Amino acid sequence: MAVAETDARSAWLGAMPRVTKMAALLLLTGLLLVMCLVSLRVGSIGITNDDALNAIFDYSPESYEQTVVRSLRLPRTVIGMGVGAALAVAGAAMQAATRNPLAGPSILGVNSGAAFGVVTAVFFAQITDPLYFVWFAFAGGLATSALVYGIGSVGPGGASPVKLALAGVIVSALLGSWLTALLLLDQQTLDVVRFWLVGSLAGRDLDVFYNVLPFFAIGIVGTMLIGHQLNILSMGEDTARSLGMQTGRMRLLVAVLVVLLAGASVAVAGPIGFVGLAVPHMVRSLSGPDYRWVLAYSLVVGPLLLLSADVAGRIVAKPSEVQVGIITAVVGAPFLIAIARRRRIAEL
Amino acid sequence: MSSRLLASPEFGKRPPVRFVQLGRLAFRVNIRVLLLIGISALALVALAAWALTLGSFRLPLADVLGALTGSGTDDANFIVLDLRLPRVLVALMIGPMLAMSGAIFQGLVRNPLVSPDIIGINAGAALFAVFWIVTGRSLQWLPIVAFIGAVVAAMSIYILSWQGNISAARLILVGIGMNAVFSAGTSLLIIRADINDASRAVLWQAGSVYASTWSDVRVLLTTLIILVPSGIGLMWALRVVQLGDMTARSVGMPLERTRLALILVGCGFSAVAVSIAGPIGFVALMIPHLARMIAGPIGGGVLVFAGILGALLVLGSDMIGQHALPVTLPVGVITAALGAPYFLFLLYRMNTQL
Repeated sequence: MAVAETDARSAWLGAMPRVTKMAALLLLTGLLLVMCLVSLRVGSIGITNDDALNAIFDYSPESYEQTVVRSLRLPRTVIGMGVGAALAVAGAAMQAATRNPLAGPSILGVNSGAAFGVVTAVFFAQITDPLYFVWFAFAGGLATSALVYGIGSVGPGGASPVKLALAGVIVSALLGSWLTALLLLDQQTLDVVRFWLVGSLAGRDLDVFYNVLPFFAIGIVGTMLIGHQLNILSMGEDTARSLGMQTGRMRLLVAVLVVLLAGASVAVAGPIGFVGLAVPHMVRSLSGPDYRWVLAYSLVVGPLLLLSADVAGRIVAKPSEVQVGIITAVVGAPFLIAIARRRRIAEL
Repeated sequence: MSSRLLASPEFGKRPPVRFVQLGRLAFRVNIRVLLLIGISALALVALAAWALTLGSFRLPLADVLGALTGSGTDDANFIVLDLRLPRVLVALMIGPMLAMSGAIFQGLVRNPLVSPDIIGINAGAALFAVFWIVTGRSLQWLPIVAFIGAVVAAMSIYILSWQGNISAARLILVGIGMNAVFSAGTSLLIIRADINDASRAVLWQAGSVYASTWSDVRVLLTTLIILVPSGIGLMWALRVVQLGDMTARSVGMPLERTRLALILVGCGFSAVAVSIAGPIGFVALMIPHLARMIAGPIGGGVLVFAGILGALLVLGSDMIGQHALPVTLPVGVITAALGAPYFLFLLYRMNTQL
C-alpha cells in the first residue's frame, strides 16, 4: 500500500509541468536574494537597505554602517551561500548514490572526520593558518566516510540506512572524544581551533573561502553535470548495471565530489550538521524525484536555509548570537525523525 | 532466524540451576552466574584497593588499609578518606548504574544497540541538568532534575517512534534525531550562559569523576539502594516482555504498566549517574552485551554481574585516564576509546537484523 502511495505521489509530482518547476525555482532564487539582503541588514547593529546596497556597489569607507557590512556581514553572507549550496548538493548526491534517504555529510561522519583531521593537524604539525585546514579536512573527511561506509555495509544486509546512521554516530562519538582528549592536552591547539570548531559563519575569513572556492566550483558543477547518472544510480545496482553504467566508478566519482564539497565547507565554516540531510527532502515535494531537479533546487534552497538559520541565530539571541550549527541541528533533526516515521524501515 | 534463536545460549543448553529454600521463599540459583559474580567482585575489590594506593603521593597498601580501618596516620587518612575514596566510590557506583540502565533499555527494545547514550536519554538528562546549572539553582536538586529530563526524553522518543508498535530501527533513528536536538539545546544554553556557570557546565559535560565528594557518594548510594532491588525485581517482567507483546499479554502481563515501570527505573539509573558524573558514554552499551555473552540471558543474577562489570570498566578507565597516560584524561574519553570499537564489532556481528 505504501508503495502504491509513493508511486501515486511521484507520478503526480512528475506530472508537474516543467514551467511550474522552473517558476518555483525562480521564485526561490528571488527569495534567496531577499534573504541575502536581510542577512546584510540584521544583526547587533541594524543597517538600512541603502547602506547595505551602497556597501557593495558604491562603497564609501567613511560610513561606519557600510564598513560593518563590508567587513562583517558581506563575508558571512557570501560564505553562507557557498557552504549552504555545497552541503545541500553533497547531501543530494549522497542520497542518490547510496539510495539512502538518511545519507548526508554529517550522518556519514564527513563533518566530524574533517574536524578531527584539522585538529590533529593543528596538534601534531602546529599548523595555525586556516588556509591549510582544507587539506586536512579533505583527508579526515574522506577517511572517515570510507570507514563509516565500510562498517555500515559489511555483511549480507548491505548498507542499510539504520546501520549507516549508527556507524556514523558511533564513529563521530569516538572522534569527538579523541578530539576532546587532544584539546584537553594542549591549550594552544584549543586556542587555534576553538572558534573554528563551533559550526558558524561569524568571524570567518574570506581568504579561506577564496582558497576553497575552486573546490566548491568543481564539486558543484561536477555534481550538477552527473544529475542524469545519479538518477540511474538511484534506481539500484542491477538496473544501473543493465543500463550499462559502471556503478563502482560512478560511486567513486560521487564520493570524491562529496568529500570535496563537504570537506571544503568544514574547512571554511566548521562542522555544520543536517543541512545536507534536510534540504534534499525539503525540495523533493517541489522538484519531484528527478535528481537533475533535486540538485538544482538544492543549490538554491541550501543557501536559503543556511542564511535563514544564520539570521535566526542573530535574532533570537540579540545582541549576541547563536551559532548557525545549533540552529540547523534544531531545524534539521526533526527531518530525521520525520523520515524515520514516514516510511517503513524496509523501504529506507 | 529460528536456527539462530535455537543456537543462542537461551535455548541451547540448560543453565546449571539449583533451588534453594529459605523458609517460605524458594530461589533458583544459577551456580555459574554466582561464581562469575564472586570472581568479578573479588577483582573489583582488588582494583579498588589498588586505585586507593595510586596517585601523586603513592601509599603502600598497609597505609590504605590502616586509613580505612581507622588506625592510619593523619596524612594517610586525609589522602585516602577525603581525596581518593570518594572518587573511587563514585566510579564504583556510576558503572553499575549505567550498565543496568543499558540492560533495561536493550531488553525493552530487544536490541543490543539501543542504549540510553545513543537514543538521546542521557542527552535529555544533560539538557535539563545544564539548564539547572546555568540558571544558578541549587545543585542539591540536580539528580531529580536530570531524572525528569531523562523521563521527558524517553517519553518523547517513545511517542515519536510509536506507530502501532515499536520497531527498534525506527526507535534508533528517532533517538539519534532527538539526541541531536537535545545536544543542540545544551550547547545553546552553554553559549548563552554567564561564563562562570558555563565553565561549570562544560566541566560537568566532559564526563568525569574528578573532584567527587562524599555528598555525591550519598546521592548515588541512595539511588542504588532504591533502584537496584526494583531493577532486579523487574527482571522477570523484562524477560516476559522480551517474548513479544502477544505472548506477554497472553500470560497476563499488564504490558504498558510494566514497560512504564521499566522505563522509569532505567531513566532513574542513567539520569542520576549523568547528573553526578556527566555523560559517560558507551558503558551502558557495552557492558550488558558483554555480561550476556559471558553469563547468559539477562536476569537478576546477570544484572548484578553486569553491574560489577560496569564498575570494573568505569573504575579501570578512570585509573587509565588518571595514571597510565602521560596526561590525565576524563573517564568519558577512555570509555569511548574502548567502547566505540566494541560497538562497531557489535554492529558488524548483528548486521542481518537491521
